[in-house]
Amino acid sequence: MASKSMTENALVAVIGDEDIVTGFLLAGVGQKDKKKNENFLVVDSKTSQAKIEAAFKSFTTRNDIAIIMISQKVADEIRYLIDEYHQVIPTILEIPSKDHPYDPKKDSVMLKVKKMTGSD
Amino acid sequence: MSGKNRLNIFPTRMALTSMKLKLKGAVTGHSLLKKKSDALTIRFRKILANIVENKQLMGTTMRDASFSLAAAKYAAGDFSNSVIENVSTATISVKMTTENVAGVHLPTFEKISEGTVSNSQELTGLSKGGQQINKSRESHVKAVEALIALASLQTAFVTLDEVIKITNRRVNAIEFVVKPKLENTINYIITELDENEREEFFRLKKVQGKKKRDLKAKESKREEEAINKKTVAPVNLTKVKNILEDDEQADDDLLYE
Repeated sequence: MASKSMTENALVAVIGDEDIVTGFLLAGVGQKDKKKNENFLVVDSKTSQAKIEAAFKSFTTRNDIAIIMISQKVADEIRYLIDEYHQVIPTILEIPSKDHPYDPKKDSVMLKVKKMTGSD
Repeated sequence: MSGKNRLNIFPTRMALTSMKLKLKGAVTGHSLLKKKSDALTIRFRKILANIVENKQLMGTTMRDASFSLAAAKYAAGDFSNSVIENVSTATISVKMTTENVAGVHLPTFEKISEGTVSNSQELTGLSKGGQQINKSRESHVKAVEALIALASLQTAFVTLDEVIKITNRRVNAIEFVVKPKLENTINYIITELDENEREEFFRLKKVQGKKKRDLKAKESKREEEAINKKTVAPVNLTKVKNILEDDEQADDDLLYE
């Protein structure tokens, strides 16, 4: 019943710092196809915002990706893109990184949740 | 009164029946949509509670994962580059299934793991720190599982949020726009029909009155004509008998003399 021209087995994309990406690749989410298209992006202090944006956009338009994990620190840099992203699939998941503890107040989805429940 | 908020329709009995049917349909639809919205909201609340819990849990899982990675790095040196460079195919992927809640398809993700470590990665840490790396791998797999579960919840949340909004909009539209409009139309048709009936009655009365008047006029005219005939033709005027003078025959029904 997979819909939206999804391939049966979809991938998990990762955008984050080196440690996060390494960890998840170690777990086995990484994929590199014949054209050397990767489903992950290592962001360090030298990575330009344009590159992150491009990667984010390409991940959201690829139809073999179901979940995009993005570290919150990186997410903050392209916050406007995430805020105006309204597709259901791929889902964007903000994850905490090692040196930046998870802050629920910045997560776009968490913000919505908080607004719904009315608690803070 | 009906005001302007009604359908532009010619008030006939047929239109009234069709309006009544429409109103009935709207009421049924309203109650159905309301039920749907309630069902979705119940589901939504459950997800909301879950999502908050899971997000908090994710924090700890991720901390464990990065800690184990740090430990592995300490034992095996920096292996990030070899890991990143040696990526080939994913051993963990997600399968999308849809769950049906009150006619809404909620996508859910299921983790599919091929079980084995991919060939390109299994040599990492061969020289040293293999155990730590394995530990780190396991904790990351766990983290991925948690994250996939969370992603499921999140998609369900987003989808439901959207659908609930749409459903509520429809419910409100029926309740506050469609229903009043139909009711107004029905009222309008009824008053119009009543008005017509009264008019018809009045008209009939009028017609009857006119006929009566005509009849009267005709009669009086005929009488007049008759009288005129008498006055015009006094040829065979016989002598009118005088009651007072020659009453040779007494009135037998006269009471007093």
